[in-house]
Amino acid sequence: MNPGMHFLSGNIACAEGAIAVGCRFFAGYPITPSTEIAEHMAYRLPQVKGIYVQMEDELASMAAIIGASWGGMKAMTATSGPGFSLMQENIGLAVMTETPCVVVNVQRGAPSTGLPTLVGQGDVMQARWGSHGSYEIIALCPNSPQECFDLTVRAFNLSEKYRVPVILLMDECVGHMYERVFIPEEVEIVNRKKPLEDKRDYLPFLPKEDLVPEMALAGEGFRIHVTGLTHDERGYPATNPEAHEKLVRRLCEKIRVNKKKIVDYEGVLLDDSDVLIVAYGAPSRTSMRALREARKRGIRVGLFRLKTIWPFPEEELRKASSNVEHIVVPEINYGQLVLEVERVCKGGEVHLIPKMGGRVHSPREILEYLINLNR
Amino acid sequence: MGRFEIVFSGFGGQGIVLAGLIIGKAAAIFDGKEAVFTQSYGPEARGGASSSSVVVDEERVDYPYAENPDLLVVMSQEAYNKRIGMLKPGGTLVYDSDLVKIDERARKASEIYGIPATRIAEEKLGKRIVANIVILGFLARICKVISKESLKKAVLDTVPRKFREVNEKAFELGYSYLDWRE
Repeated sequence: MNPGMHFLSGNIACAEGAIAVGCRFFAGYPITPSTEIAEHMAYRLPQVKGIYVQMEDELASMAAIIGASWGGMKAMTATSGPGFSLMQENIGLAVMTETPCVVVNVQRGAPSTGLPTLVGQGDVMQARWGSHGSYEIIALCPNSPQECFDLTVRAFNLSEKYRVPVILLMDECVGHMYERVFIPEEVEIVNRKKPLEDKRDYLPFLPKEDLVPEMALAGEGFRIHVTGLTHDERGYPATNPEAHEKLVRRLCEKIRVNKKKIVDYEGVLLDDSDVLIVAYGAPSRTSMRALREARKRGIRVGLFRLKTIWPFPEEELRKASSNVEHIVVPEINYGQLVLEVERVCKGGEVHLIPKMGGRVHSPREILEYLINLNR
Repeated sequence: MGRFEIVFSGFGGQGIVLAGLIIGKAAAIFDGKEAVFTQSYGPEARGGASSSSVVVDEERVDYPYAENPDLLVVMSQEAYNKRIGMLKPGGTLVYDSDLVKIDERARKASEIYGIPATRIAEEKLGKRIVANIVILGFLARICKVISKESLKKAVLDTVPRKFREVNEKAFELGYSYLDWRE
């Protein structure tokens, strides 16, 4: 797509963001409400000499992007809840093998096949804990088509920088809404660190100062061995306590120590608020409307909008909520991220406004909640 | 101006979704306003209910869906029955006068326009599928929120190249309907 202003859906903006940042491999199994991403990638990738593969299922899709990444491609897949469940095992493989890749999940009503065409935010904890074992992951949460573009770019960059799968956690509302999207001439592109020429002594899982190892690609002449088993710095299986301690600790720490650089949020009227809304994705837009109406009525409401939900912006939220009486968390689920908010916010009382039924909250619903709190 | 909500409603195959997309594009790209376009999204097919909505504002649109449209366009009886309740009191109702019979529920509208868009498209252009563009031309005449130039540009920018001419004619027929109708 030409640089400039476009009128795009979140799903198409996401695909264009991927193309802009250099994604040249997409493997997926189309599923509502993410299908337009696969459709648009199938249309766009051949134009830029990329590869689109429609896979037999989501297990294979995830496996294919891991393989493509080790072959040197920037790779992604897109799915929704049921497919995201099927991808969990290989997301763990990507974590363990430190494979840069991007997984888009356009959330719909769940559990199970649930509400295929309707909005949900039920995969928040699955994005964090869906695969087995102790690990850290990055998940970003856009609330507009423009952000679908921008955060897809960022997802690839974070994934290349920290060698971790990054999840773009969208929702049906944001994926299907059309809005103005600015596509710049060029975007910031981060590439994975590559080893120098010393092929003899290269250790594929020897971390550098930032705890991230350099990544040699299959076929470049370096000796590499990639396994989901606990491995040593050579990449060979080493299923002993010391190796496991060292590896798992580093997989977690490489994200934790860099948390400040990763977390991103938007604060609205945080300074003088008595009530703080904590929201992400579609409900953050509804909350903005409720905030405006509440302010007109003299209720001092602020909004803390998460653009990264994992790692969770603990310190930032703790600070923003330190002087408020109430913290309100509207989510399109029956209470997920609110658990993190409760853990972090020590001062004010935390209230969940859950929403099921495949709809976003109405602005009035949130406004009335705010009014009742202030009675 | 403030927040202005438009809802299009009819059945699948009438171009309800395309009409919404074109209005959104006209407002957001060619008029430089803020606009969000959404569509009803379900297991729907040709002949089933279909609707789309556009929210236009000078400021960034927060809540993306139309709640009480300022302008409601209905192209089927079912759409009228289902949506008339949501029309903002004092708002504008536009309906395909061959396909919809309005009743006392329409009284809350301050402006009501019937236009036989599907018949115009069929009799004057031989293509009933451009009925939605006839309606868009008509809206350009009666609705001050989006300029005629932008709307026309958005139509021509969106439809396939080889159908530009018929769509342009449809748009102009709708725009001038109030002048030539019997």
